[in-house]
Amino acid sequence: MADLSVNIAGVEFNNPIIAASGTIGFGHEYGELYPLSVFGGISCKGTTLKERPGNPPPRIAETPMGMLNAVGLQNPGVEHFINVELPWLKKQNTVVIANAAGSTQDDYCEICEILSDSDVDMIELNISCPNVKEGGAQFGTSPESVEKITSAVRRHCTKPLIIKLSPNVADIAAVARAAEGAGADAVSLINTLTGMRIDINTRRPIIKNVTGGMSGPAVFPVAVRMVYQVKKAVKIPVIGLGGISTWQDAVEMIMAGADAIQIGTVLFTDPYAPLKISEGLHGYLDTHNIPSVRELTATVEV
Amino acid sequence: MKFDAQDCLLVEKNKLTPTIYDFRLRNAELAGITRPGQFAHLLVPGKTLRRPISICDVQGDIIRLVFEIRGEGTKILAETEVGQTINMICPLGNGFDIPKDKKIVFVGGGIGVPPMLYSAKNAGEGSVVINGFRDKSAVILTEDFRNTGCRLIETTDNGSYGIHGFVTAPLEEVIDDCDMVCACGPTPMLRNIAKAAAEHGKECFVSLEQRMACGIGACLGCAVGINRADGSFTYKHVCKDGPVFNAKEVAW
Repeated sequence: MADLSVNIAGVEFNNPIIAASGTIGFGHEYGELYPLSVFGGISCKGTTLKERPGNPPPRIAETPMGMLNAVGLQNPGVEHFINVELPWLKKQNTVVIANAAGSTQDDYCEICEILSDSDVDMIELNISCPNVKEGGAQFGTSPESVEKITSAVRRHCTKPLIIKLSPNVADIAAVARAAEGAGADAVSLINTLTGMRIDINTRRPIIKNVTGGMSGPAVFPVAVRMVYQVKKAVKIPVIGLGGISTWQDAVEMIMAGADAIQIGTVLFTDPYAPLKISEGLHGYLDTHNIPSVRELTATVEV
Repeated sequence: MKFDAQDCLLVEKNKLTPTIYDFRLRNAELAGITRPGQFAHLLVPGKTLRRPISICDVQGDIIRLVFEIRGEGTKILAETEVGQTINMICPLGNGFDIPKDKKIVFVGGGIGVPPMLYSAKNAGEGSVVINGFRDKSAVILTEDFRNTGCRLIETTDNGSYGIHGFVTAPLEEVIDDCDMVCACGPTPMLRNIAKAAAEHGKECFVSLEQRMACGIGACLGCAVGINRADGSFTYKHVCKDGPVFNAKEVAW
């Protein structure tokens, strides 16, 4: 069997499949179905300094081959995360990635300092949540703002730092380079694309927040393109996500340039997807006599 | 095992009205752990999101689902043929807690009627079912509810069948003889039922719905506003904390 292990910024993952933030909470629910070690890592629900109630419903709308969400960073706050969720997560034999969100630069610095004193393995900086006015998305929209927030946070963050990039930008490669230049250990992309649906009978947006983040298979080609561009632009590891739903998608995303992948929305369609993707990856690598998934990264021939 | 995603064989399919379907699906393992008021999350071929459908009844290894075509997803589901399977995550949610020694009024409105059947079958002596429909053409499950042993009252909004009017009028007549109210239906109906129950000092449990993604409590999509006992506001989630909520905590 091929070797699925990967190393991202010095952290060993048993396999390259990471659960995407916001789709798996803190792991308990999917943990009812299978051991969470089927994931190489888990990126936990976006966490802020204080508890946040989130947005009013409806928060969800379906789209062709995808969905919109505007959960609005509902979370119990970083203290609860560290005291209640983290001790359990650390026993699940998977890499625990905290997803840190905030409204101001000071928020980000403070939460990263708190998380740096905890047992989390890595921190993913959520500067691209599109669903909260002060959800940090303004930090993720330009190379300058990404450079600024990343270098500020870097001074407070002693854990490996992943910057999660928004696709709602003009030049994703420039944004990734800015993150790398400011000290990011890795980048993950793409966060959701901002979208909107309208109920034509009521003339009202389906989502109470009006707009929401679009995810699912429909965004996959956009994600592949951006991962491809970013991989060529930076030397730090690239975590690819956005609409991956099959093992073939996983292979494609890795070929485009991903050192690891995240899966999210597909869990809602098929909760057993990580097992199927893992099995399919093994099968593909074995069939093509590729000893390690690491040798598949960025092998697209253009 | 609390729940699982498994294929369930469609063994019987009936059309109750032009838009309401009655499916009987076989899966002994999932049927064996399903309780009244819980729901199943059904995979729809070609769709990203599953569709939550409340459990109508469980008989042996058969899970019965009665659902209405509301949009594309339920239309595709309705096209499933006997002999095909549907992948369901089941059972989900908390369900109704039905104490045998209590007299319960079950109130269902429209497509909120089916989830009350399994509950009513498990109810104690003297319980009452009040089912309300738009008009005669929308009336479903009359025989099934008669067979529960509960007293059955049916209403239609336009008087074309049963008692003319909303479910709240007969509810006012029977509520004082009962210990608690369980209800499922449109939000305005539930709000009025909750108000009536509060006025009569009765416990009231309501089954709610909301646009849903994961179905198991991970994504926090299906939020419902809740007034905490200390007066603060929060959101709980229909899929994991519900679908059944104590009416007095719902921020109507």
